[in-house]
Amino acid sequence: MLAYYCHLALRSFRRHRVLTALMVLAIALGIGASMTMLTVLHNLSGNPLPTRSAVLFHPQVDPRPARLPGADPEPPDDLTWQDAVNLYALPGATRRVLTSTNWLPTRADAPGSALAMMDTRATTADMFAMFGVPFVYGTGWSQADDEQRALVVVLTRSLNDTLFGGADSVGRTLVIATKVFRVVGVVEDWNPQPRFYDLGSGAFSEPAKLYMPFFTWLDLPQDYGYGPMACWDHGDGTHDPKAPNCTWAQFWVQLDDATQVAAYRQRLENYSAQQHQLGRFQRAPNVRVRGLLEWLDYKRVVPSLVRMQAWIALGVLLVCLVNAVGLLVSKFSRKAGEVGVRRALGASRRAVFIQCLVEAGLIGLAGGLLGAPLAWLGLWMVRQQPVPYAAQVGLDAPMLGFALLTAMVAALAAGVWPAWRAARIAPALQVKSL
Amino acid sequence: MTIGPILSALARHRIAAMLITLEIALACAVLCNAFFLVSSRLDLMRIDSGVDEASLATLKLRGCEECNAADLQGRVMQALQSVPGLQSAAMVNTVPFGEPTGNAGICLDSECKQFAGVPHFYAFTRGATDTLGLKVVAGRNFTPADYQGSEGFFPADSQVWITRALAEHLWPGQDPLGREFWLAQFHFRVAGVLAHFARPDPGRSENGVVSAEWSIIVPIAPDAWQGAYVQRGLFVLRADPLDLPRVLAAAKAAAARAVPEAVIDQAASAPLVQLRERYFQTDRTMAGLLVAVIAAMLLVTALGIVGLASFWVAQRTKQIGIRRALGATRTDILRYFQTENFLLASGGIVLGMLLAYGGNQLLMRYFELARLPVSYLPIGALLLWIVGQLAVLGPALRAAAIPPVVATRST
Repeated sequence: MLAYYCHLALRSFRRHRVLTALMVLAIALGIGASMTMLTVLHNLSGNPLPTRSAVLFHPQVDPRPARLPGADPEPPDDLTWQDAVNLYALPGATRRVLTSTNWLPTRADAPGSALAMMDTRATTADMFAMFGVPFVYGTGWSQADDEQRALVVVLTRSLNDTLFGGADSVGRTLVIATKVFRVVGVVEDWNPQPRFYDLGSGAFSEPAKLYMPFFTWLDLPQDYGYGPMACWDHGDGTHDPKAPNCTWAQFWVQLDDATQVAAYRQRLENYSAQQHQLGRFQRAPNVRVRGLLEWLDYKRVVPSLVRMQAWIALGVLLVCLVNAVGLLVSKFSRKAGEVGVRRALGASRRAVFIQCLVEAGLIGLAGGLLGAPLAWLGLWMVRQQPVPYAAQVGLDAPMLGFALLTAMVAALAAGVWPAWRAARIAPALQVKSL
Repeated sequence: MTIGPILSALARHRIAAMLITLEIALACAVLCNAFFLVSSRLDLMRIDSGVDEASLATLKLRGCEECNAADLQGRVMQALQSVPGLQSAAMVNTVPFGEPTGNAGICLDSECKQFAGVPHFYAFTRGATDTLGLKVVAGRNFTPADYQGSEGFFPADSQVWITRALAEHLWPGQDPLGREFWLAQFHFRVAGVLAHFARPDPGRSENGVVSAEWSIIVPIAPDAWQGAYVQRGLFVLRADPLDLPRVLAAAKAAAARAVPEAVIDQAASAPLVQLRERYFQTDRTMAGLLVAVIAAMLLVTALGIVGLASFWVAQRTKQIGIRRALGATRTDILRYFQTENFLLASGGIVLGMLLAYGGNQLLMRYFELARLPVSYLPIGALLLWIVGQLAVLGPALRAAAIPPVVATRST
């Protein structure tokens, strides 16, 4: 029966070529325009680590003074030096990472090599395993290296290509901020988007070129900057990383299940209460343990402009649907005569209704098939723009499927009312006028 | 042409008429809001930075191994003096469209009971206002005594210059000269007002678009230029606009020779025109994407009108034949369909404006967007009238071409 309906639909398309083409084009344009925008949104709010996001958590504590005019009730995003050290030592997490960004003068260990400022990530040993960073050569450093402030460094593949021509550089040395560092590993150019672990220095910015132990970096002889700091009291000695009133260190923990999360939250509360008793914290315990996705949502990483435009895109899709309804009404009204004959020959209302829906669905499918390349074209144009997140924008298979499905469902939804109208045509009246 | 018969004909085709009206109403609602988004982006891109952008460039040094910060800055300033064509140079913490370095919340009283928003603090050494080409419109100019040593970030007590926009925000309708504000223990007194001076991050800072010109200039002595300022400071250079690229290249070379141990930040060392271009890249892209989507939507609306109008013409072939047989000219038929479309579009536009306003209320609630200015509505209306007339032209011409003889045929 379905084959017969499809056959009828195709015949009808041939008879009303222009009208059919208009409908397909209207749906295709709607799908194309809205999919372009929705894909930009989808990619921007994407999960940076789909396999690990469920076990990664971002603890926060509140070391701010009790009275702070205009202060956000939410605790600060990052940790102060003192809390960073204390929380890093706090048990209860399977793995933990203390990290920050910085710029360091770096050169190859040969006389006269050019000096370059490198985006560096200071981090603790667990990071590579915890975030699942793939190694090309060697391994990360150990926790013992962290404690001993070892002069070791992990390069990214692209920096390894520049400095060592892509060879296995494990054991070679580099001069960073006047000290000689030994390469222990080379990782892939790892760049999860958005860059969840440090949103403060740009959610879609370039990743670090090299990684070094957190505490080693803090021991470097000079002030090379400590990433963005948030301070609530501009006393003297600002820009001192160990200042009690500035937060700047990012902290992440791996917690494997809900009980562990609850227990960890309790530990944070206890820690805050203890600091309160010691007089360091003035506020009552104000802690957060947000999961990775919850964190991205809270930080509103997706530019609000993009979200706004996604709403506009949905509005456009709605406009296209209303247009499709209008066109389907006129199409189905034109075949009133044909429907009358079919009804007179014994077709049930149900049959006419289904046949009209099949026709609408086929139009939707055609619109979707034409709309997908339009969306692809739109995304290609977005990718040509030199904006930070443009390179991430692409049409993946699920999104493509979603586009086709949306087109079909939209066309079917648009077809229900016109089909119902067509099915109500009284056979006698139409046959008489033939 | 009388519209009476058109209205009664429309009453017979209620469904088609309703659908066209609805199409236009929805298109109008989306159009007005999208249009508003685009133009608010464009307005931001046109912001007056208040400085002579075409003649300015920045030179930024980043970090260095084992060097004395004050000495390094001094050597660079000295080296710059030998650059031919350089009209002036000065140290500042940042420039409009550069990296924001001094966003901080201020209070109108020393106990901070009255929090007054988050402006941007510019730190200027002597000569910076002249190099940037900033003009004082009220109050006095900077004097050598204004440039003081800092205690941490700022002097304990500074005379500062603020923009008219910030003055209007802090003390609406009042004379800002001599008024005071605080940032923790630092105390500031307004000595002068500038017409325009954009913050480095207009439109993207905490207070959004309204705070695009909330700038404060704090004069700082060059010997206070240490610690935090060295990491975040840069040199601003002035030269003839035509000569600027050459002067910037020469200045970079001179600085590299004078302080070989430092690294020149190539991305941040650029003509201001280029920094502006880079800063607004995202806005340009997004505005372009929105315009494309608006165009697609208008095209879809036009297609819908073409479809429904064609159907309509086909349905009324016989009536048109009769009218033609009774003496109506082709122009009459054409006018008829055009008037009809104008009436439907007008109905849709009225409904659409109500929807647009509602949509804007939602966007305002969720995206901190400004209220839709009434002036956008006529633009949207005009566009939709034009689209409607163009879309109906084809079917109307076809209707007008119907010969009177069809009136005599049975179907």
